[in-house]
Amino acid sequence: MDEREPGARTYLGVPLYRPKVAFFEFTSCEGCQLQVLNKEDTLLDFLSLVEVVNFREAMTEQSDDYEIAFVEGSITRDDDVKRLKKIRKNAKVLVALGSCACFGGVNQLKNRFKDLNFVKTEVYGRHPIDSGPVRTLEEIVKVDLKIYGCPVKKEEVEKIVLHIAIGKSIVFPKYPVCMECKRNENICLFELGEPCLGPVTRAGCDSWCPDNRAGCWGCRGPADDPNLDQMKKIMLEKGFSEETLLDRLECFGGFSSLMKKGNVNEKDL
Amino acid sequence: MKKTCNVDIRRLSRVEGHGNIRIKIKNGKLMEARWEVVETPRFFEAILKGKKWDNAPWITGRICGICSIGHTLTSIRAVENAFGIIPDEQTKKLRLILKHMETLQSHTLHLSFLVLPDFMKTGSVFPLIKSHEDVVLRAARIKKLANDICDCVGGRRMHPTRTVVGGFTMLPEKEELRGFGERLKKIVEDLMLVAELVRGFSLPDFVRETEFVSLKGDGDYPFIGGDLVSSDGVRMREEDYKKMTNEYMTEQSTSKWCRLSRESFAVGALARLNNNFEFLHPAAREVAGSFGLTPVNHNPFMNNIAQLVECVHVVKESTRLIDELLDSELKDSRQKVIARSGIGVAAVEVPIGILYHSYEFDDDGRIVKSDCVIPTGQNHANIQLDLEGIAKEYAARGKTDMELELLAAMLVRAYDPCISCSVH
Ligand code: SF4
Ligand code: SF4
Ligand code: SF4
Ligand SMILES: [Fe+2]
Repeated sequence: MDEREPGARTYLGVPLYRPKVAFFEFTSCEGCQLQVLNKEDTLLDFLSLVEVVNFREAMTEQSDDYEIAFVEGSITRDDDVKRLKKIRKNAKVLVALGSCACFGGVNQLKNRFKDLNFVKTEVYGRHPIDSGPVRTLEEIVKVDLKIYGCPVKKEEVEKIVLHIAIGKSIVFPKYPVCMECKRNENICLFELGEPCLGPVTRAGCDSWCPDNRAGCWGCRGPADDPNLDQMKKIMLEKGFSEETLLDRLECFGGFSSLMKKGNVNEKDL
Repeated sequence: MKKTCNVDIRRLSRVEGHGNIRIKIKNGKLMEARWEVVETPRFFEAILKGKKWDNAPWITGRICGICSIGHTLTSIRAVENAFGIIPDEQTKKLRLILKHMETLQSHTLHLSFLVLPDFMKTGSVFPLIKSHEDVVLRAARIKKLANDICDCVGGRRMHPTRTVVGGFTMLPEKEELRGFGERLKKIVEDLMLVAELVRGFSLPDFVRETEFVSLKGDGDYPFIGGDLVSSDGVRMREEDYKKMTNEYMTEQSTSKWCRLSRESFAVGALARLNNNFEFLHPAAREVAGSFGLTPVNHNPFMNNIAQLVECVHVVKESTRLIDELLDSELKDSRQKVIARSGIGVAAVEVPIGILYHSYEFDDDGRIVKSDCVIPTGQNHANIQLDLEGIAKEYAARGKTDMELELLAAMLVRAYDPCISCSVH
């Protein structure tokens, strides 16, 4: 039997259930969806694990009959609220795919301004444009599962899909990126004079940035019980400003519940 | 012959981002043809306000998941131009390899995963995995090589990590480069097989005279920085990009539109090729010749072919660049960044066309004003006029709704639009 026929796959001898999955995107760079197509080695395996019924970026066919909805992007417009609610109604499992969907991603940086009209006129002048504050999926519908990252790691997406297919529960690391970074035997970036949010950011990316000698910007949001005071102390001790710390903490929205909202008065700029 | 047609495509598939196509033909007369962009804006230019310079490449790379390397490199160049940093030869070569591999991966994704189904009469590449396994595996092989090189040189294939203002945080090992060099030499054969397959398809023979805008090469097929040129004879310096783009607002789109000498212009692979044909690698020029593609070609569907030609060019060029790097000593050459006030502009040819970033900094290197002009934003007006043209032509001939729908979708797809990017 062809390896790639539906139902041909087994796990420990048990035939795998092949869920119908759909991909949707809202306000985003579509990068997280692309990540799913972007790992050529395992793409065919992945496609044998699921039946893709909706993936506008890659296919013309559409269907409302799906079990798992992977939803990318954040929400900024009323028509999107409607679309998201419809997806929620159709899906058994709704997965927030990537940091835009989980936290608002870089999009939510506009929420830091007190006056959102300033944001509109800065880009569009007096031309009318429909756009509200950036919201996460969870602010609108129930989210069953969140996959963090900007971008997400394909390996993690694959593992999660496999776990759903075999009914195994999914556990995310509670510890910070530093743990993975040390396991990967990197020289700490602070030793090299670079700032890094590794101590407070949730692991799972396998210290993607520090492995490339680039500091972490916290794209996966906070680890369990992040010690922000300690983080601030390290940054200041190593000679970095509070502004550098803030830039990183607010970049992807993961830490926003731990921070003040609308903290920038555009008139000061 | 059916002389009344109604096409209404909401959220066109197999393109990046959200756009609608509407065509109405009544008794052989075109009533309406519209290309609408409904994408939600993200306001990157406002987001950057007040942020320090080091945020710019990291944040603006997120404008686009497909050409994140292009955005990152454009942003870096704009910051470096503002601060007076001139990258050394090694950095330039590594950045160009990265740029080339993004082009190879993006063009391959477009041609073999998004466009191919139209010619194979399927809705997506997925059924082709069974019916044309060799074709899909070949495309995956090309894409994988491009992505593997981006992982190595840029740290990550999407939203790269090693690319920073001043150079690279980390360099590839010579052993890695040597391996990639070998694989690049072998991949040419795969590209030739793709070309052979594509030669078997007949492209719609729609022609509309168009102004083409791109960088102008100075001895080389251009990718990073340099003068701007149009096929109507306009020539400008990089920093005068605003006069080359002339952005304006329109109510049918959340993206801004552009114009130059005419009502619209086009950017992208076909524009680059039309304006810089003489600088293509001979092997790439030969492939162009086998499709009868010579400058100046005014058929928008030929952009697909121009992408294929560029794939051959970037593979050949990357092989040469890697050989040169292997012949030299790889040294850590990251430059220290000293911020200063001023304006920096960068023009870079990303897969979809010419991209501009511009930042104004205060004394501390904080962004006072930023501006990004996206290739697809520059193409929207041209897509609109092409759509009207093609609909008019076919209204007279009589086409079924299905035929016209496919043709219109294929036209927009030929531009490889990055719609969410164009709205940013
Ligand atoms: S999380 Fe990052 S990679 Fe994913 S869609 Fe948002 S901006 Fe793109
Ligand atoms: S480089 Fe970053 S992640 Fe690694 S140990 Fe240092 S602080 Fe932690
Ligand atoms: S190191 Fe930090 S910024 Fe980089 S991928 Fe991991 S969590 Fe995201
Ligand atoms: Fe812009």
